[in-house]
Amino acid sequence: MSAAQVFAQLTVNGIAVGAIYALVALGLVLTYKATEVLNFAQGDLLALSAFIAWGLIAVAGVSFWWALLATVAISAMLAYAIDVVVIRRIAGQPQFAGVMLTIALAFMLRGATSMGFGPESRSYATPWTGQTSTFGGVGGVVIANLQLVIVGMALGVTAALLLFFKSTRLGVAMQAASQNQLAAYLNGVRVKQVNSLVWALAGATAAAGGVLLAPITLVDVTLWFVVLKALAALVLGGFGSIAGAIVGGLLIGLIEQYAGVYLPDGSKDVVAYVVLIAVLIVRPQGLLGEAHGKRV
Amino acid sequence: MKFDYNTRYRDSFKLLRHADQRIAYGLLLAALIALPWLASKFFIGELSYVFILCIASLGLMVLTGYTGQVSLGHAAFVAVGAYAHAWMLLKGVPLLVSLPLSGVLCAAFGVAVGVPAIRVSGLYLAMVTLAFSVIVTHVIGHWSSVTGGFTGLAVNNPVIWGVALGGPKAFYFLCLTVLALVLLALLNLLRSGLGRDFLGVRDSEAAAYSLGIHVSRVKVIAFALSAGVTGLAGALLAHHTKYLTPDAFTLVLSMELVLMVVIGGLGSLRGAVLGAVLISLLPTLISRIKPLLPDQIAKQFGLETFIFGLILALFVLFEPTGINGRWLKLRALVESFPLYRRDTFKRGKRYMKSERYK
Repeated sequence: MSAAQVFAQLTVNGIAVGAIYALVALGLVLTYKATEVLNFAQGDLLALSAFIAWGLIAVAGVSFWWALLATVAISAMLAYAIDVVVIRRIAGQPQFAGVMLTIALAFMLRGATSMGFGPESRSYATPWTGQTSTFGGVGGVVIANLQLVIVGMALGVTAALLLFFKSTRLGVAMQAASQNQLAAYLNGVRVKQVNSLVWALAGATAAAGGVLLAPITLVDVTLWFVVLKALAALVLGGFGSIAGAIVGGLLIGLIEQYAGVYLPDGSKDVVAYVVLIAVLIVRPQGLLGEAHGKRV
Repeated sequence: MKFDYNTRYRDSFKLLRHADQRIAYGLLLAALIALPWLASKFFIGELSYVFILCIASLGLMVLTGYTGQVSLGHAAFVAVGAYAHAWMLLKGVPLLVSLPLSGVLCAAFGVAVGVPAIRVSGLYLAMVTLAFSVIVTHVIGHWSSVTGGFTGLAVNNPVIWGVALGGPKAFYFLCLTVLALVLLALLNLLRSGLGRDFLGVRDSEAAAYSLGIHVSRVKVIAFALSAGVTGLAGALLAHHTKYLTPDAFTLVLSMELVLMVVIGGLGSLRGAVLGAVLISLLPTLISRIKPLLPDQIAKQFGLETFIFGLILALFVLFEPTGINGRWLKLRALVESFPLYRRDTFKRGKRYMKSERYK
């Protein structure tokens, strides 16, 4: 392969992986804006969803689309329940409590997943497994159809979310509640319920990410690690902005792929964290985030 | 109820003011010293490990519990301490020099991390430390000429003045001594001016700043101190595991350390020790109760992770002051027995404190 071909291939892979990071980062932004809790359990929700999808597709023989729908529904309900039962109790406590609580939830989800499914990793087939498309004729770029589907789905989810926030009653209520809970409450928004629904949305995006990520890696408990990459994406894009999450996710995906080839051996695994630290030190508000002060 | 009756100024300087405290802690110390002759070798080994984790947990407590800076990557400092110590021993540095030196080296490392890291706070600091520890583990894995890479590094047996301390009994006393020294040093330091500065920075940076406390300098000092103490624990841990690989210092260890200080109770050294004891003995406890559980649950992989999470969640939700807080409440109940009111420790109403500026 020529150098340009390698570059193009890396770009495609980076965008596909980055789209997943973006989905996870999106889920983090949603819950962070609604309840000011940074959800460290997002990655484990994703891993659990991947296992559920595996159970539905490989064991129960459900078709991919139905499995996707069912997994999204299950994960959304689980996230809703997490907010109602656990997260709601610590509203108003310092942020550290939220961090600890979601880490605890992450441990519990991880433990429960390995207890339910066992430690070995596995894989499942999608309608696009093994199919590729070639672009640019002979010597062009070969793209797995699965990657196209991933990017398409990620874009679709993002577009749907943006539309939802802009033009539905519930979406506007969610925005209102995240900006000023008291004012929203006085205007008739059921803040608690709306926040739980935001968690459900975040759970749904985690499930979508998990079902799409598992076919290109493996169904494994260690999938939770994407939450760390998503954090880097969030910081790079600017904390608390949906557009920032998407841009950051794609950038981290690309940077990782390029680092794997153009930088010394092994830097692929850490480059996301180097970016995270560098951005926080040089430009803490990220690429697209607004600077925000802190009330004393 | 006890009342202080001081007849000299120095009376109020004592760490243990009352006779019953002196008796209780004296008995504890006597029991710990006598234990190696009473308990099995395995138990002594486990207890040395508990002591090492106590030291690491004390180190984190200085930073998180007293200065309010969250670190989700303290395993990195344990790793640096462990590798520095092992490397120095290989180069022929005597243990009595190498042990404090690895602490000092780790403190310098803490400064190097702390200076950039304190530019951010709260959640961001948590992320920076997390990312940083992932990077350190990675560097250790790839810097084969010094660390042995992923194949690992063998650690020489501890020797002081030609006396081998490799046996469990001798190593137990080494750990106990270091723990006692660290505990005494921290107890005294935290009631000095610097310790008060730590508390000020934790409770309100703005207030501390307006009272003339150099906030960023205090934070860096806290980082250095915390890293140094944690590095000491790392150096001892190197002897406990006898063979160092980067896998021993992953996020799991960082999380366990955070678990210790949170479950023990933020802002108390007793909490750090109690938390470390509980968390380090938990796997053993779980394996003890496994035979009592039905087979389907007991044989499952991941039970430990689940229980760790459950305990942490229960503490955050129902006892944010940790084991230490529960202990203080129990003691108040006993001491003021018929007069105890349920509401004595009731938390005041707290309002949503927003990090956003709106």
